[in-house]
Amino acid sequence: MKRVNRDEGRKRRGISQRAATKSRTAEKNIRLTVNGKPYHLMVGKDVNPEHTLAYTLRETLGYTGTKITCDHGSCGACTVLMDGEAVLSCTILTVECDGKDITTIEGLANAITGELHPLQQAFIDYTAFQCGFCTPGIILSAKALLDKNPSPTEEEIKRELAGHYCRCISHYLVIKAIQSVAEKGR
Amino acid sequence: MGEKYRHIGKATHRKDARAIVTGSAKYIDDIKLPGMLYGRVLRSPYPHARIKHIDTSKAEAYPGVKAVLTYKNVPPWIGGIPYHRPVLDSTMRFVGDAVALVAAETEQSAEEALELIEVEYEQLPAVYDMKAATMPGAPQLHERIPGNVFPRGYRPIGEKALQEIVIGDVDKGFKEADFITEGTCGYENIPNPLPPEPPGVIATWEDTEHLTIYTASQSAAMNRNFHQPLLKMVDMRVIGTHCGGSYGTKNANMIPMVHAAALAKVAGRPVKVYFNKEEHFNAYSLRLGSRIHARVGIKKDGTITAMEGEWLVDTGAASEMAQVQIAVGCGEAQLALRCKNWNLQPKLICTNHSPAGVVRGFGGQELKSSLLPLMAIAMEKANLDPLEFFKKNYVKPGDGYFWRDGLWWDYRGIDFSNAMQKGAEAFGWKDKWKGWGKPTAVNGSKRIGVGVGVHGNADVGEDESEAYVKINPDGRAVLHACVSESGMGERSALCKMVAEVLNIPLEWVEITAPDTMVNPFEFGLVGSRGTYTVGSAVIEAAENAKRKLFDLATPVLGAKPEDLETKDGMIYVKGKEDKAIPWRKAMGIARTLTGQGRFETDYSLCNFMMIFAEVEVDIETGKTGLRRVVAATDCGQIIDPLVLAGQLHGSIGSAGIDTALFEETVLDKDTGHIMNCNMIDYKWRTFIDLPEFENVILETPFPTHRFKAIGVGEISPAPGPSAVLMAISNAIGKRVMDYPATPDKILKALGKI
Repeated sequence: MKRVNRDEGRKRRGISQRAATKSRTAEKNIRLTVNGKPYHLMVGKDVNPEHTLAYTLRETLGYTGTKITCDHGSCGACTVLMDGEAVLSCTILTVECDGKDITTIEGLANAITGELHPLQQAFIDYTAFQCGFCTPGIILSAKALLDKNPSPTEEEIKRELAGHYCRCISHYLVIKAIQSVAEKGR
Repeated sequence: MGEKYRHIGKATHRKDARAIVTGSAKYIDDIKLPGMLYGRVLRSPYPHARIKHIDTSKAEAYPGVKAVLTYKNVPPWIGGIPYHRPVLDSTMRFVGDAVALVAAETEQSAEEALELIEVEYEQLPAVYDMKAATMPGAPQLHERIPGNVFPRGYRPIGEKALQEIVIGDVDKGFKEADFITEGTCGYENIPNPLPPEPPGVIATWEDTEHLTIYTASQSAAMNRNFHQPLLKMVDMRVIGTHCGGSYGTKNANMIPMVHAAALAKVAGRPVKVYFNKEEHFNAYSLRLGSRIHARVGIKKDGTITAMEGEWLVDTGAASEMAQVQIAVGCGEAQLALRCKNWNLQPKLICTNHSPAGVVRGFGGQELKSSLLPLMAIAMEKANLDPLEFFKKNYVKPGDGYFWRDGLWWDYRGIDFSNAMQKGAEAFGWKDKWKGWGKPTAVNGSKRIGVGVGVHGNADVGEDESEAYVKINPDGRAVLHACVSESGMGERSALCKMVAEVLNIPLEWVEITAPDTMVNPFEFGLVGSRGTYTVGSAVIEAAENAKRKLFDLATPVLGAKPEDLETKDGMIYVKGKEDKAIPWRKAMGIARTLTGQGRFETDYSLCNFMMIFAEVEVDIETGKTGLRRVVAATDCGQIIDPLVLAGQLHGSIGSAGIDTALFEETVLDKDTGHIMNCNMIDYKWRTFIDLPEFENVILETPFPTHRFKAIGVGEISPAPGPSAVLMAISNAIGKRVMDYPATPDKILKALGKI
């Protein structure tokens, strides 16, 4: 996960001008998918213009696995996947999310069998957390990385996770856990 | 060593691991009670001011608002040591001090109502420096604390609580010295331990006599143990949630707890008070400031003959329990520095910045970070290798010390020299140490330097714990212990101990939620005490339950209890596993058996941590990089290698090692405002800047309990800052005595600016 401002983020995520315009004109209806489940949110009723995606996920939709630490885009705790990219949900307004496909930490395990994603299992096997508050964000960033680059080097893992604050210092075991999954993918 | 046990010493999954990696673990802000209101706090813009006039009528009339409190109508609860901190006051003593409280239907309404409170302040002069605060004519913070120096008469931890170190005769000691050195070292960057999750509490009054508290705490029971008297002894039930990091700061949680309880009492509904990050920076638990001026007498062979000095401790605008931190620091000084003649006089001072609180290292990190650089001056004068000096001077069997209770304790632990040596070998100390003020290597403008620091704590055996182990006829067990989870994995470690004693799979042991109503007494997870103290109570409870089971099995199997064994819910006569019967045959299916255990305070053992640090300093830019850290300890017996590794890695976090390099709370001494109260301006180490990190962990059995283990988690950061300062000084050939050693300070030491 990298820190980008919203405009750069749009470019990086390939959001076309047309899509952006559409989301403005259709602002009374925000349709988005969270963990495969479609939601239809009414602006002014379910969503206020100032609501961040992090707020909507936690408070409106109940996905409390998304954590908020700084609430201004500098710690990585609130990271979710938007169309497969790791983004900071505290710096994105929900009204910008029309048509987006969001994955939170609750959406990683198989919904039917309960089988964990290999990264989740690796974090358990390596005890790659202490208090666990930063863990959902770190796992989601790691997933975005491995989806693009199944065999990252240690340096690439560190760079991808540079925006994640972990005060307990789980970093060393996090790197091992991610490497264990990356090696299996080779 | 792990092979001798079924579970102990092996890497096992944390009991809460699945909840954490799937996002289902419930932290305080994930909990909503029916009818819950949101509490917000109006905070002082001034470091020192008196409220001349306050009008809350507009806020009270604002839609959704259910309670507005000021010093005029708040319940008369007073906390702090000594009692000096009401829930709300008419005098503000730091920027961020609570002026008024609002509870409303939504967080937004509460926020908006705060803006409608009209306050007229009379600004008062403020003081930020410890020396200045104690001068005649200095602004006075509290009526109860004349001259801004806390009275020593108050004894929070017993009549004789250690408030100074006075041993032997320092005049005689200085006469015996070959060298006498003198200096001052401050560790005054008052960093913020800054757990990712801000502090938070939900309070709800079941009726006027029954208060329930949900708390994000590393020691849920402490909320009740410490604050029930403050709340006039109402029946207080405390339930701990998952805690998103604490590092000491979220133990008794007094401020958010009393704010939530007061609002809930007035509003008649549950109230959540959850700080935002700005409040967390501005108004919550900084490290104590510490400054020591001392004279040291030393012999050529490294014997310390005398130590005399003054220890100034800055607790900011209030003391949560700084007196206890001073007591523990004074004890810890004696563990690391064997000396027959002491006179160290602490002075606890209040100033107009956000209050210090309980923080990992608990007085000891602050003391060591100031004192060990002063010892380094003496070591340099005597031309002593610091590794050999620490080996010689760390507490040994046959020694003793005055601990925080003011009593003399004979030490019955081990000599840690072996762990020091093993750590030194892993680090390559022998090759890298080139002498005082000498770099290990020079590469252009880059200078490599090494340093070492040491710390230990006899609080591993502090205070009391109780546990029940309830066994069921199906072979499963439930541990009743009021133990929270803030990242240490202790709940899982205790389950392992039960599973080991009962010889059942770990999955068959569950632990109750940290809830004071369903669990017996617990002090809390502080001072690395969990392994020895809670562990002892839990092991005793499990053994008692097993004995009761064997008593019932005796008539069934026709053998004495001492001849019986159990495995996986079956009981058998030793050597006759083929004739085993299930627990239910002995117990019947309509019965549970409960064993009890209790631990009593024991300060006769201590733990140990040594940090070796290697830095690279660019003498052109002053920039310093931390290249390598080796953490060496002896824990008696590893309970879980991965959890323990994490605790040692934690020496970088929680306002630890990096307070020597870049971590600081920057206070504007004109306005009293914190200048870096956000996570961009407050510097923290990222994944990219990780040093190489190696743990060296010995397992020499300790005389603690069945598993011979001792805890070390709390102490891992404490030796770090002084080790880094030593490494920098050696790299550049100039002594640096100021934390954090930012590039400007290094260039200044080099005479370049």
